Amino acid sequence: MSQMPRPDTAELRAKYPGVFERPASARLAMPVMIVAALAIFVFGLVDLDFSPSKLISGLGQLGWITMLMLPPNPGASLPLYMQALGETLSIAVLGTTLAAILALPVSLLAAHNIIPSNLIRFPVRRFLDSIRGVDTLIWALVWINVVGLGPFAGVLAIMVSDFGAFGKLFSEAIEAADRKQVEGIRASGGSALHEIRFGLLPQVLPVIAGQVLYFIESNTRSATIIGIVGAGGIGLQLAEQIRVLEWQKVSFLILMILIAVAAIDFISSKLRFAIIGQRAVV
Amino acid sequence: MATAVSILPAQQLATLEDAYRKSVARKRLKAALATAAFCAVLVIAAFGAEVNLRTLFTYFGNFVSYFDRILTLDSGARVWTDPAEWFWGWHKWLKMLGETILISYVGTLTGAVLAFALNFFAAQNTSPGPWVRFTIRRLLEFARTVPGIVFALIFVIAFGLGPMAGVLAIAIHTTGALGKLFAEIVENADMKPVEGIRSTGASWLSCMRFAVLPQVSAGYASYALLRFEINVREASVMGFVGAGGIGQELVVAIRKFYYSDVSAILVTIIITVFIIDISTGWLRGRLFGKETRR
Repeated sequence: MSQMPRPDTAELRAKYPGVFERPASARLAMPVMIVAALAIFVFGLVDLDFSPSKLISGLGQLGWITMLMLPPNPGASLPLYMQALGETLSIAVLGTTLAAILALPVSLLAAHNIIPSNLIRFPVRRFLDSIRGVDTLIWALVWINVVGLGPFAGVLAIMVSDFGAFGKLFSEAIEAADRKQVEGIRASGGSALHEIRFGLLPQVLPVIAGQVLYFIESNTRSATIIGIVGAGGIGLQLAEQIRVLEWQKVSFLILMILIAVAAIDFISSKLRFAIIGQRAVV
Repeated sequence: MATAVSILPAQQLATLEDAYRKSVARKRLKAALATAAFCAVLVIAAFGAEVNLRTLFTYFGNFVSYFDRILTLDSGARVWTDPAEWFWGWHKWLKMLGETILISYVGTLTGAVLAFALNFFAAQNTSPGPWVRFTIRRLLEFARTVPGIVFALIFVIAFGLGPMAGVLAIAIHTTGALGKLFAEIVENADMKPVEGIRSTGASWLSCMRFAVLPQVSAGYASYALLRFEINVREASVMGFVGAGGIGQELVVAIRKFYYSDVSAILVTIIITVFIIDISTGWLRGRLFGKETRR
């Protein structure tokens, strides 16, 4: 067996100094970043009143609560909970659909290939950004002030906050669309509206439909949350049962939410694949 | 220079057109059926959610005037004419805002560390056994499906009112979300280095440390930063259930109708979220090059 010639280390070192001797800044960057991250972490623990005794007694409490949760038991309120769950699903479906319908025209205004002028696009984008900057829960509180407690406020809250998200996502989908179809329509003498209807929409609708379905899924979760501040649905029941410490009912409600979310997940991913074919766009 | 376009004989054309019409008609029928089904679902949902258009029309003015009211000071002037009066509580609010960011930071870091510890067990290609994988996956799923604020509600009772409950709630939710994403990155990693290291007789732990980790750490950091962004938003509402942060101030202002305070706090939250978004986006671009920036 022949032996490989020993590489001349000194020569290689001289040739590729970057490989053997990384500059001090590169070697130090990682440890410095880790130390800084840890320092902020420790400062955070102190500032937020973490204490081992509090943590241990809290964990004890939590263990006790978990024991009390088993087995999940709805008591006599099962029909009420089923109705609340239906309400939550309705909120999610309706809120998301309304948001999508409202967001479609606005997203055209925010898309670069439809409105080349920065003058309109910039304010529209910042407007959508600020809507997204406010959490769904905050919108729910605002709408409760306007239309009163109940699921309707929840629908409106989801509608408004998703309007911001959809506006951005749709405009991105539109910007990613192929120019060729649009140019083809223009070449055959179509108007600007024709270009959007026949050149653009057929390309972006499947993407948009996929996104809407995905949001219905994630909004099932959001809809349970906004119930906690009083906007109807199963979250309202959950918050109430936690406040009166009915732990068996709490665990049953959580279980219901988990099953409902899993079911919606399953249905919407099936539908999404049916609409957009076997490639996952979202 | 005109060239004639050759046209098919009428008979051939007729069959083609017929087939075309048929396929279009089938498509249209399908679309119409789907639309009808969807509309039916919407109507049912509208009844379920007690949608009342009359209420909306009656009170829609309120929605608009609500924004009018939150943009008006007690003295009747517009808020932006007197910023000092508008942001009268800025000292307190900034402190709460700092608390909010700290809550999301500590929560994200704790969650990321936990997710890091668990994800190798959850990924298909690195898990030591199918049972371990199944259990860890279900645990992560549970942690991510239950909304953070539900955990916060329960933790507030167990740990008492205060930011600690918020941090723990965010940490658990982050563990679930990041654990799944991390495991997906690991599943996409190249397995050849692992085989190389295993062939030298190394343990499972060294395989993970020297073969997988170098491939995945950049993706981990990118997702963790993205999660931090999301968690800042989440932490801003943790106060609604008494789990610390600026949400507490906001919910008091909304419920007690301190109108100009509502807008002032909202503006500070929106600006903070913007700044965090932009700076984490910049940081991710700096650290991992352009392709990982979303």
